[in-house]
Amino acid sequence: MQTNNNVDPGIKHELANLREQHGDTVKVSEISQVVESIMSSMKGDLTANDLELYHELEALAAYIHEAKSDIAALRPDEVRDEYIPTASDELDAIVQATEIATNTIMDSTEEIESVMASLEGEQAEKLMNATTNIYEACGFQDITGQRITKVVKALKDIEDKIEALVTAFGSEIEKVKADQPENEPSNAELTDEDLLEGPQQEGEASTQAEIDALLASFD
Amino acid sequence: MAVDKNMNILIVDDYKTMLRILRNLLRQLNFVNIEEATDGSMALQKLRQGNIDFVISDWNMEPMTGIQLLREVRADDKLKHLPFIMITAESKSENVIAAKQAGVSNYIVKPFNAETLKTKMVSVLGDF
Repeated sequence: MQTNNNVDPGIKHELANLREQHGDTVKVSEISQVVESIMSSMKGDLTANDLELYHELEALAAYIHEAKSDIAALRPDEVRDEYIPTASDELDAIVQATEIATNTIMDSTEEIESVMASLEGEQAEKLMNATTNIYEACGFQDITGQRITKVVKALKDIEDKIEALVTAFGSEIEKVKADQPENEPSNAELTDEDLLEGPQQEGEASTQAEIDALLASFD
Repeated sequence: MAVDKNMNILIVDDYKTMLRILRNLLRQLNFVNIEEATDGSMALQKLRQGNIDFVISDWNMEPMTGIQLLREVRADDKLKHLPFIMITAESKSENVIAAKQAGVSNYIVKPFNAETLKTKMVSVLGDF
């Protein structure tokens, strides 16, 4: 914080005190407090420079207040609590599903190879080439698994940053939550969009037997 | 000199699927004695028990990576002459240089095919 030589000595003194308390780097969450502290120290006769500084600080305080409200309105807590865990779960489910599918493919390929042992000549060679190609192609599971692991790590980094935002803007977020209470379960009819959830996680998805039972309940 | 198809090969990868792929491809090349490890430290333990003639290892594993395993192997008087091929998705030139400096015998980038595996094995072990 550089101070202008024309600034009122009282304000200069206040700035020096603030520097002693907060150092030269002030956290975003503390800026409002610092601005308010400077403004409250302004009393008595003000020079033109003091007034200019006063107006700048006032505008800065308003800007910070608005930015805090805007960030809180984005509900970073929801992103942390709902969207990121859902994304991670979906990615884990992809890895599991591809692993299961790859192993099933390899089970069948090994079965073909065992039959192949009783063949000779061109037929055996053709089957050997085909099974080799299948094994090579199964390597996709390893590569996609590694890529997805990288994405999950990136999500974790984002989650940590959002956690810091939630901590810094906690009180603002609480205000937004109070103004916008959680959606009550409504009796409104489901839209086509509501019905586009995609595959569900294991344990959440209905089994074919449950679906059959549901269908039968209409009869 | 012909390569002994009964040689003991240690394959190291943290993905079980990849271990299975490697085992099947090696079996199709008529190599039958194959041991598995899922990270460098487990591999090192098996190597120190003896009898392993050749190592094929992934790079990115925990707790001990493939490059750490390679360095341990090259620093061990009893193991340092073992042929060691790295098979990994790490394809940056920095990785290849680091592996070469650590003493890798050859380097295969994933995804790979059986022909590449055979060619690299021949370059390290001799014709088979």
